[in-house]
Parts: sequence; structure tokens; C-alpha cells
Amino acid sequence: MNNRSLISITDYSKEELLELIKLADYFEHNPEPELLKNKIIATLFFEPSTRTRLSFETAIQRLGGRIIGFTDASTSSVQKGESLRDTITNVSLYADLIVMRSPLEGAARFANEVSHVPIINAGDGANQHPTQCMLDLFSIMKTQGTLENLNIALVGDLKYGRTTHSLVQAMSNFNATFFLVSPNELRLPSSLIQSIKDAHLNYYEMTSLEEAIPLVDVLYMTRIQRERFADPLEYEKVKNSYVLKNYMLDNSKDNLKVMHPLPRVNEISIDVDDNLKAYYFQQALNGVFMREAILAHVLDLK
Amino acid sequence: MEQRKQLIVSAIENGTVIDHIPVDSLFTAVKILDIENLTEQVTIGFNFGSKKFGKKGIIKVANKFFEDKELDKIALVAPSATIITIKDFQIIEKRTVGVPKTIGNIAKCINPKCITNIQEVACKFTVIDNEDEPLKLKCHYCEKYTTLDHIEFK
Repeated sequence: MNNRSLISITDYSKEELLELIKLADYFEHNPEPELLKNKIIATLFFEPSTRTRLSFETAIQRLGGRIIGFTDASTSSVQKGESLRDTITNVSLYADLIVMRSPLEGAARFANEVSHVPIINAGDGANQHPTQCMLDLFSIMKTQGTLENLNIALVGDLKYGRTTHSLVQAMSNFNATFFLVSPNELRLPSSLIQSIKDAHLNYYEMTSLEEAIPLVDVLYMTRIQRERFADPLEYEKVKNSYVLKNYMLDNSKDNLKVMHPLPRVNEISIDVDDNLKAYYFQQALNGVFMREAILAHVLDLK
Repeated sequence: MEQRKQLIVSAIENGTVIDHIPVDSLFTAVKILDIENLTEQVTIGFNFGSKKFGKKGIIKVANKFFEDKELDKIALVAPSATIITIKDFQIIEKRTVGVPKTIGNIAKCINPKCITNIQEVACKFTVIDNEDEPLKLKCHYCEKYTTLDHIEFK
């Protein structure tokens, strides 16, 4: 078990969050192609992912590390029925660090208990995806100049969306005001509402996207999936209410940035892409620098 | 006087009496303690009169002294329970069970996607015991909450 591992966003204190944002900013401006020289990083993707895996592999390559791993459980011995315990025990003898994604919730926390080397959680089912949250924080810092006292709208599937859950937890360190925009079926779970209350922060639950837009500094969009609705009719009723179109940004604040964890389907119309307030692709690029920072931090190299 | 009456009902020479179990939780407590598989003589009292609760449950197990951690398990369903240790018909120790801060592999996580429900991984929970809401368990692995009304004991 390794204490530097990153399993859940709540593993990091406010100070550590800020330290990592600084480090990500450093790597953006100061490439260090030798930092991971002679390090072998395992990227174990028990379920497929495009952006997260490529972003991690880019980060590892930019730091000069070497990669072993698989991109899909069907090409690993998991297919033969090997337990996560055995896979991790074994790979942790080969590699200096393991980056892993699994559909099993709690897989990374368990892996960290059996591994000889640190673990970075690249997503465990609907539970945690802390590096996404870290890159979101880095993106907010870059665009707003601060993380303190911001108004943040979280839009879409707030019930199941792990990125919005982590963002609520992390931004609760920075006196944020939350505008929680979702259909009634997909409201933020009560345990997270409670954590906002515990932090003595203001929050507004609303169903109208257009009402929230003029009020906020960050508009964080997420996808609403049809399969989340018990009644397909309910989905049909709300599906167009949470689609951002360019004209809807007309009355927004000058400093507003539109973010999205990607992949986008249709919840942000492509006419928003050319708006200077659209930030989601830069946000994805920020993920590379943030993951460089996390790799360096977890290996205690910076 | 009341205690004397109970002892007459089923006095044990040596063993453990678990008293003041809420009647709703009695049979869950029986299950949690795996009473069914004991070979010792057991008396289970249901709907006994109680000054505290009106009615209560009681379990008496002869010649068995549970470990604290075994008894701690029932604190989840019977936080009011009293544990009485008896030797030579005398009460040697009387204590209440406290709600433990963490519990081990006695209950199942409610989340079907949790690794503990899919692979051979022992459950671990943090007990969340806030004043204004019912007790619940937070899974150490998947971080989901299992409330007592949904809890399934292993």
C-alpha cells in the first residue's frame, strides 16, 4: 500500500490540490523529457477509454517514461478469469507505477492495498475519476485566475455523473457557489448536497439552463444519457432543455468559460466551438499537463 | 425482582446473555451472531416485557463467551443491547455495546458494481452515525452508502 497513490479526489488536501495545479502549470511551460527516464509505467485499462488513456500515455511519453499495459480487458488474462488481486500483484512487480481504469467500483482502492507500487485511479466505474477532477481544477484556475469564490453551474446528469460529484467535493474547499442544473430525475445525490451544507456553501438547484448562464463563471456541461430514465417519455421531454447553443451565451459574463469532460454528444451545439468562451478542448489538453504533474508527484520526483 | 424472574426462566451457569435487544432486531441479531450454527444450549426470548422498550428480545448462550468484535456486529441493529457475562450463576461483567467506527466483512455493500460483490474482496465499511439521520455504512472501496433498512448480513 502506498500513501502517495491517487485513488479518490478526497485523498488530497486543499494544499495538495493547489500544489499540483502549480506543478501542472510548470510542466506546461517546462517540458522535462528526462524526468521518467528508466521508469516503467503500467497502464491497465480493464475497460476501454480513448481520451484518458491517450492523455496519460502522452503525459508519460512527454516525461520520457516507458509504457507497458493493455487497452482492453479482452487482451489480458482477465479474459481467462484472473482476479484483479493477481493481476495487480504481478504487474506491480514489473512496473514503477500503475495507472488503471476498471468498471468495478472500488477497484483502485483495492488495487492499492495489494500493489507494491503506487496506483493512479484513471476511473473506477461510476465511482471516482480523480485526474479528471484535477484537470478541471487546473482549467478553472487557468481561466479564472483563482479557485476562490467562484459561481459554478453544473449541468446535466448530476445524479450519476462522477465528474460533477468530484468537482463538488473539490470546489467545496474554495468557497464556491453551486448552481445545480438538472432534470428532477437526475438531481445531485443527497449525500453530496449534505457535503455542500457541511461546508457552509450556497447552492441553488434549478431546472433551467438559461437561468443559470448569466450568473456563473464556469458552465460545466455533462451528458444526459437516455438509459438513466426509467420512463423514456421523461427523457424525450427534457433532452433538448440541456443543450447549449451559441446564442444562449449572449448574456453571459465576460469571464465565463464553458467546460465539458468529453466526449460530447449533442449537449453542446457545434456552433459554440468557435465562441471564445468554449474551453473544452483546451481543457482536455490541460489534462496532459495535469497528469504529468500527478505522475511526478506520485513518484515523488517533484 | 425483574432480573430474578428472568434468571429463573432460563438461568445459565456459565455463558453470555445479550439483553435489551429491540424485538424488531432480535432475529437479525440471531443471524449476525450465527447462533444457528452453535452447538451450545441457546435460549432466545422474544417479546419479553421491558421497562425500557415495552418489549424486548434476549439471547442466552450457555458456555460461550463471545469476542468483543463478534458482539460489536450487533451494535448496528441493537445499539441498546446489554452484554452480560455469567460465571457460576454470577454476573461477572455487564456492558453495553457501542456502535463501532468501522465494521468488517459481516455485511454486503448495496452497490452491485462494487468490487466486493464481484470479486473475492472482503467488505470494509465506515459507520456513519450522524445525529439527525439513520445510521449508514460507507463502503471503503466503492464509497457508496448502505442504509440499515437495505443492509444484508453475510
